[in-house]
Amino acid sequence: MLRYILRRVLLMPVMLLGISVISFGVMHLAPGGPVSLASDLNPKVTAEARARLNAYYGLDKPLHVQYVNWLSRVGRFDFGDSFAPDGRKVWHKIRERIPVTLSINLLSEAIIFLVAVPLGLYAALRRGSFFDRASTVGVFVGFAMPGFWLALLLMILFGVKLGWLPISGLVSLEYDSLSFAGKMGDRARHLVLPVFVGAFSGLAGLSRFMRSNMLETIRQDYIATARAKGLSERVVLWRHAMRNALLPVITILGLSVPGLLGGSVIMESIFAIPGLGQLFFQGVMSRDYPLILAELVLTAFLTLLGNLLADVGYAVADPRIRTGN
Amino acid sequence: MNRPVLVLAFVAGFLIASCGSKPDPNTYREGSIADVSGFLSAVTSDSASHEAAGYVFNGLVRYDRNLKLEGDLARSWDVSPDGLRITFHLREGVKWHDGAPFTADDVLFTYKKMIDPKTPTPYGEDFKQVKSVESPDPRTVVVTYEKTFAPALASWGMHILPKHLLEKYDDIAKSPLNREHPVGTGPYRFVEWKSGSKVVFEANPDYYEGKPGIPRVIVRVIPDQATQFLELKSGGLDFMTLTPLQYARQTDTVDFRKKFNRYRYPSMGYTYLGLNLSNPIFSDRRIRQAIATAIDRKQIIQGVLFGLGQEATGPYLPGTWVYNPDVKRFPYDPAKSKAMLAEAGWKDADGDGVLEKDGKKFAFTVLTNAGNESRAKVAAIIQQNLAAVGVKMEIRTLEWAAFINDFVDKKKFDALILGWSITPDPDQFDIWSSTKTGPKELNHVGFKNAEVDRLLEAGRRTFDQAARKKAYDRIQEILAEEQPLVFLYVPEALPAVQVRFKGIEPAPAGISWNFIKWRIKEGAEGKSALTH
Repeated sequence: MLRYILRRVLLMPVMLLGISVISFGVMHLAPGGPVSLASDLNPKVTAEARARLNAYYGLDKPLHVQYVNWLSRVGRFDFGDSFAPDGRKVWHKIRERIPVTLSINLLSEAIIFLVAVPLGLYAALRRGSFFDRASTVGVFVGFAMPGFWLALLLMILFGVKLGWLPISGLVSLEYDSLSFAGKMGDRARHLVLPVFVGAFSGLAGLSRFMRSNMLETIRQDYIATARAKGLSERVVLWRHAMRNALLPVITILGLSVPGLLGGSVIMESIFAIPGLGQLFFQGVMSRDYPLILAELVLTAFLTLLGNLLADVGYAVADPRIRTGN
Repeated sequence: MNRPVLVLAFVAGFLIASCGSKPDPNTYREGSIADVSGFLSAVTSDSASHEAAGYVFNGLVRYDRNLKLEGDLARSWDVSPDGLRITFHLREGVKWHDGAPFTADDVLFTYKKMIDPKTPTPYGEDFKQVKSVESPDPRTVVVTYEKTFAPALASWGMHILPKHLLEKYDDIAKSPLNREHPVGTGPYRFVEWKSGSKVVFEANPDYYEGKPGIPRVIVRVIPDQATQFLELKSGGLDFMTLTPLQYARQTDTVDFRKKFNRYRYPSMGYTYLGLNLSNPIFSDRRIRQAIATAIDRKQIIQGVLFGLGQEATGPYLPGTWVYNPDVKRFPYDPAKSKAMLAEAGWKDADGDGVLEKDGKKFAFTVLTNAGNESRAKVAAIIQQNLAAVGVKMEIRTLEWAAFINDFVDKKKFDALILGWSITPDPDQFDIWSSTKTGPKELNHVGFKNAEVDRLLEAGRRTFDQAARKKAYDRIQEILAEEQPLVFLYVPEALPAVQVRFKGIEPAPAGISWNFIKWRIKEGAEGKSALTH
């Protein structure tokens, strides 16, 4: 087991390196560059000014030199300066937005798990009932409905018509003048709509997954055995069936780790939330190479970490996997 | 089982009860689609940053309500008779926001930074034309040019930088003045910038034109226009630029008009259909004129802009001094267009509805950038218009960078739909000169006309407005006759401003030219505030 984990951990840097090479290559294949996007069709920008700016950003060097330069900086945990005119450290730009995206995604994920797991289990136990059918329709409506559209409808209802909730942003403009409780309330009010919209669309996947897992589990022989032993239905369902049905959720949890920092561009734009999704999108649109690479490496790292955690967690939870290795 | 319900009800009650306090009526909150990227406009190239910088900084000159240059930090200026020397007389008693006096040294410093290779500015070119900059005394700056260069005057609208705060930085883009704390001479002082959400300014009581009427300005970053509109309606914004759809269909209500004043005036730009003149079909002027005649501009303006625009006849803004209304026009007339095409040899011999000449069909592809809904609609209408005269046009939309780099720069296009912005100075050498047809240059349709070349040169080599007007009038006549671009329309800018702001005077320059004179209506405070 330990050796397995060790091997996985040692492989991670190699995988990251490979991912960074591919990301770097693909990024430079995209037409246009940071200078061209900022200066195309601008009569005031001469070819000479363009060349000067390219040299300023080190883009006049051959690609492999640029990559090695970047890599040696990253080796010292320096993601470089953003190509945006503010020229700030890429890591600072990302760091200040992590809490925003992380808190919204954690809340959404928590709600998804708290609602979807019981929903799926209950629907499985009452298969074919009205509840089962109604919840199926409900979660699929959430899944199918475009998030931005739902967001706009809720903004119109709660923001404009009823005036109960703020429409966009993370805090009110008067935030600084509020009391501590007022600040908490203000933040909470701003989070209601984005978290709800994020969670609503995510219910379908997990609840359907839970439902089918549970259905499969209660068809297993050992459940029949448990029943035949004369165990109460309660013990059969909660001790035997549910624990096994929940196992694959570990994998899903692991897979959702990179998503925690991957903000949704559309949601963040609609709600004017300064999160990582928007930052990445702006980076891509302006070909801010250091920023794009940093976010890609971060996401790749979290993906690898999530997979590792899922595998390890699964092994810990399921003796068959642990001993089988 | 009732406990969760109770908890929920409590939470909901808490959320609703803890509504934010009323917004401050003394604050002007405007919506911006994009975040600011820096405050030194020498090193930024996006309009959000330039607008924000405009609150904090001044240039030596600026445009007045009629888009004519007037003194800003320079009280006045003289141009020597040969046009080679501009003498700026600086205003007395102007102070930087930190209290230091503004002097000619700051102007010299700004010039040096603009031509410094270490400054990552895209705008150095105008300053490289300068032979020398001197200041005989702290209130005078003398700029000498190698050649008379009329657009040079406007280039001194570049924001002047504070020498005493910036001289210790090699690269001004990396200084705190660009990122954390800009210090300028302008009507507003910087308060804070919350990346991705807002920028806050407060009125500068020592501003040389007097303290601005609105005490506080907040630029809110809201990337989605639909969200901006909802914020506007719910009282979270005092200003936004409406889309034509919002102006025509969603704001013409009693309720909206009670809370907001809407304005409309021509925006500084036009949309065109560009024809690649190196394509043998389009090198024939009669064909270009026939296409211009086949296009129903009125329908385009109605369909795309809900009537909120006007027909473009050339590359200048109608109503400005340089605009020449007496040029050849091509009113919509499909029958005439067909006749013109027939005269050029294009006939539909096989009866399939598409014209042919020498066995080749009249078919081409128009390119435009993805994500611009208006241009996509324009393309669709033109497609229909041209089909009616027997010309088959395909439409292809491309991502911006690919569009520019792989097609426009490489001249790999038959036709394209794009827009040019119109600068107040009429010098458009880069767009029309036959020397500017290379890659990354702006005469991408490849227009070459010896008389226009001569006139472009004449227009930029004199400061005499009457002489310039003569040159540019003739250029407009030639462009209208030649139709290297089929000029389509000038859209309108459509701002909405909360009614509590008074003193707005719409002019050719728009509404923001006298922003510092705007004030808040007495007693109207709070009316716009959230109702809860």
